[in-house]
Amino acid sequence: MISLNWVSDYIDIKDQNPKELATKITKAGINVEKVITHHIDNLVIGEVLECNPHPDSDHLNVCKVNIGSDVLQIVCGASNVREGIKVIVAKVGAILPGNFEIKKSKIRGVESYGMICALFELGLEEKTEENYNRGIEELPSDAPVGEDPLNYLGLDDTLYELDIHKHRNNDCYYHIGFAYEIAAILNRKVTLPSIEFKTVKDKIEDNFKLEVNTNKCTYYMAREVRNVKIGESPEFIKKRLINAGMRPINNVVDISNYVMLEFGQPLHFFDKDKLGDSIVVRDAKDNEKVITLDGKERILSHDDIVITDGEKPVCIAGVMGGENTEVDENTKNILIEAAIFNPVSIRYTSRKLGLPSEASIRYGKGLSYEYTEMASKRACHLLEKYAEAEVLEGYVLIDKENHEEKKLSFYPEEVDKLLGITISEEDMKLELDRLDFPYEIDNHKFNVTVPRRRLDIDPNVNDIAEEIGRLYGYDNLKGTLPKIEIRRGIYKGDVKYRKIISKRLRSLSLNEVKTYTLVSPDMAKMFNYENKEKVVLPNPMSMDKSIVRTTLIPSLMNVYEYNKYRNVKDISIYEIAKTYDKEYNETTKVSGLLSGEYTTNTWRENIKIDFYLVKGIIENVLDYMGYKNRYSFVKGNINELHPGVQANIILDGKSIGIIGKIHPNITKDDIYIFEFDLNSLIGKSSKLKYKEGYKYPSISKDMAFIIDKKIEAGDIIKTIKKASGNILKEVNVFDIYMGNNIDNDKKSIAFNLLYNGDTKTLTDDEVMELFNKAIKEVENKYNAILRNN
Amino acid sequence: MNKEEIIKLIEEKTCNISTLEELNNLKVEFLGKKGIITEYQGMIKDIPNEEKKEFGMKVNEVRTLFNTKYEEIKNRLETELINKKLEEEAIDITLPSTKINIGSANILEKLIEEIEEVFMSMGYDVVDGPEIEEDKYNFEMLNIPKGHPARDAQDTFYIEGEEILLRSQTSPVQVRTMLEGKGEVPIRMICPGKTYRRDDDDATHSHQFMQIEGLLVDKDISLSDLKGTMEVVFKRLFGKDVKVRFRPSYYQFTEPSVEVDITCSSCKGKGCSICKNTGWITIAGAGMVHPNVLRMSGYDPDIWSGFAFGFGAERLAMLKYNIDDLRVFYNTDLRVLRDFDREDEE
Repeated sequence: MISLNWVSDYIDIKDQNPKELATKITKAGINVEKVITHHIDNLVIGEVLECNPHPDSDHLNVCKVNIGSDVLQIVCGASNVREGIKVIVAKVGAILPGNFEIKKSKIRGVESYGMICALFELGLEEKTEENYNRGIEELPSDAPVGEDPLNYLGLDDTLYELDIHKHRNNDCYYHIGFAYEIAAILNRKVTLPSIEFKTVKDKIEDNFKLEVNTNKCTYYMAREVRNVKIGESPEFIKKRLINAGMRPINNVVDISNYVMLEFGQPLHFFDKDKLGDSIVVRDAKDNEKVITLDGKERILSHDDIVITDGEKPVCIAGVMGGENTEVDENTKNILIEAAIFNPVSIRYTSRKLGLPSEASIRYGKGLSYEYTEMASKRACHLLEKYAEAEVLEGYVLIDKENHEEKKLSFYPEEVDKLLGITISEEDMKLELDRLDFPYEIDNHKFNVTVPRRRLDIDPNVNDIAEEIGRLYGYDNLKGTLPKIEIRRGIYKGDVKYRKIISKRLRSLSLNEVKTYTLVSPDMAKMFNYENKEKVVLPNPMSMDKSIVRTTLIPSLMNVYEYNKYRNVKDISIYEIAKTYDKEYNETTKVSGLLSGEYTTNTWRENIKIDFYLVKGIIENVLDYMGYKNRYSFVKGNINELHPGVQANIILDGKSIGIIGKIHPNITKDDIYIFEFDLNSLIGKSSKLKYKEGYKYPSISKDMAFIIDKKIEAGDIIKTIKKASGNILKEVNVFDIYMGNNIDNDKKSIAFNLLYNGDTKTLTDDEVMELFNKAIKEVENKYNAILRNN
Repeated sequence: MNKEEIIKLIEEKTCNISTLEELNNLKVEFLGKKGIITEYQGMIKDIPNEEKKEFGMKVNEVRTLFNTKYEEIKNRLETELINKKLEEEAIDITLPSTKINIGSANILEKLIEEIEEVFMSMGYDVVDGPEIEEDKYNFEMLNIPKGHPARDAQDTFYIEGEEILLRSQTSPVQVRTMLEGKGEVPIRMICPGKTYRRDDDDATHSHQFMQIEGLLVDKDISLSDLKGTMEVVFKRLFGKDVKVRFRPSYYQFTEPSVEVDITCSSCKGKGCSICKNTGWITIAGAGMVHPNVLRMSGYDPDIWSGFAFGFGAERLAMLKYNIDDLRVFYNTDLRVLRDFDREDEE
């Protein structure tokens, strides 16, 4: 949250319209999400003249409030309302945040003409339980009745709420940083606040010892002030803290927060008398304990940094101070810490302890030591001015920061090339001036020094091109296309196969669904037909999304249920998705689920989905991919499938997947599923080539057998083919019969055989010879009886 | 022989014929073995020579007359028969059809395929990579070292320590593609795919979502080229009047970084609730590939330059099809999906 009143301490923006300025800032890179103007109509300062209990309530009061022009009767529920106090009154017609309009109302039978407000009700404070319990805001007794309370409180500021997720560095977190950004946009200069102060004779280094025994603290400066008078902060500090969402506490604590919001540098104040004469910064020990300011015991580990008095921890560095050295109303002498800690470490610790604070957020972004030093001085300046502090001469400092200047050089053409436009040398100079980046030009070459506050800028052309480009304005870019080779892109690797199969399955009536990769333990147990060990997330968000699936079938069954519940009767769906086993081996699965009817006609008979239809779909896909005559189906034994209605899909002798009907134990519905491994289909088919149709006339012959029921047609076909040689082109089952005239354990099965010569017309004799041979083989092998009819 | 009488007889007999059977009987009566005309024909041999010719002509005349009549009636009767059959075969064409159900693409996939088509036409390959990734590819080689704040925004599902994770973005595919290119070949690719972050599922968040990221690495590539490319894509997706604007932004793996806004497709830039009255909708993040990222993947930033971009498939689909809850993409309602089995207006 950035206050424009505050920013205007450092840069002149009085002539700017806040909304237009926000647009300019957003265009230049920091997204101002909301412009909040703290002005509410129909808000007045009132004085409670009378306060009597509501006749029909034990917690409401009926008040008579003088608002200058009138005396209003208002029903108020706050516990702290009482006669004589000055309050904020929202009159009838006031619209409070949340579009809450104040209307004349009757509260338990008593008329009420307004509302006495707390700050949070005006959007000036967060709605917390603490703020709620505090009740209505009590104004000072000299508050002028009838005036605008927000104006009186100095809260009629304009605030910018920034999108803090996307920003280049910590500019959004401090007012001086933000002032520099505005300065660049408006081409104005920033004036830094005073950091002057007088010092008393004593030198801090004479009796204070500082040691830093960790490489996670690169800068530690301590100053000492004495004889502070703890009291209330001056109004402007209080108001600004309130606008930034912080509640004023006392002048000393407020100053540390105030400086942080100015320079982005968090400070920590120790009660020097509680602390003693030395500070040692070190890594915490495992299981080291410290009680923090909020009274809670925190258990640390060696990843955390602690400030100690040489023995015991007095502060978790960058995160929260210790109770044992807290500044309280009796504090006299203060040690001011201004330090830089390793951002990664601070972020880690604050997250681990669940203590995200204003300070830890800023440490976590990284800091510039120039401002660390200035903030330390600024705190002294303010403490001297507003807490009567006496500042000791000098400071103690451990400084391992890199003091080298960040320099970069570029030619204007390099920036032009990267942006794709031509910016004149003059314009580039202008943009650098606006950024307040010192530079010199040596024969068209710009040598730039990057100010330390811009931690985000690395010394390369891209970074400077961005700075120049964003100020020059990206609206000046004209869309062009890269001048590169003309080609058409392709689907690469398994993407290509995914697309081919997807297209085919859609044309075969299957709808594509998308389900979650992470499944529940119950789902993970089902269809574990490959016996794969699974990846179990160590920290899942919930158990129902805790395991990386190895099969898509349970997910498809959920989609089935979802649609069945919505009265969809004919369901045919598929999904292609990656699965992973425990060793992170990846398999892309093509899975489908079909149930109901395949065609839809509401008044005639339809094609019902059954095993053979699903088998046909699989064959269609495999044929389409170029695997004709290379696959077969053999009986499977998967627990979740009907034992008699399931098969493994075999391609080139290897099982690539399954097909079958879901076991009646799992569902009473007739549901058929398939699942196969896409990876096993990649790159095995041959190039498409023209093949002539049969030139010579074909000869068609039929044979039928009575045969044991259990013998599979596929085996008989194999036998026939084997006996027939290569003039037999096709064998098809054209009739299956069980029932009358056939023994219970037998079936009649009839085949049609198609013969064709590749090089000549076949004679009847040669066909008959092979035909009879095939019959013999089948008779012998399966104890079959040839049917004569 | 009385020609007139026979003619009269033919006329009389044929005028009541109503079936082919009757007609054939009539033919026998006149032209059969013992038919009237046949008998006259047989008489010719007994006719004196000088009358033969005239007699013969008369016989032929009536024969021709009969035959003409016969053909005429036959045609009429056959036509009547066919017409009757056709009439009987007529169906109620208003009865419901037999629907041949063609499956539809998932809404997200439909959109992704449209986007793929645009990019492929501009020379981009469509590539995919692993969803269980190494930290190295998902973060480190994208200029996001361990402990970097940019990691916080992508609350990641870790699987094994801080090394193995469910990818939080599809950018690792770009890294892998660059490594494969060995700093030698130009790159044009997009990589639509699933990504995972620790978000609670609600109308606008999902722990699993689809990203479409792309990368171009070549020589002398500029930010203006990125803008032109984005214009081509979003005009294709949202109509030719769409305008594209860049705003400066920040991403670790690009420099300069931009956010890509398009004019609000709902109000055409006038301002509405969807665009929060700004007339613009943020639709993508993009930028020039950071020199560090190029270098780490083996591309010398002094020779190569490029741009990268990324958008969320769910967000695009929600905008394009006016969907307000992204869970519809993952709880497929087939009644809805079937409506998506069609071509879309350009």
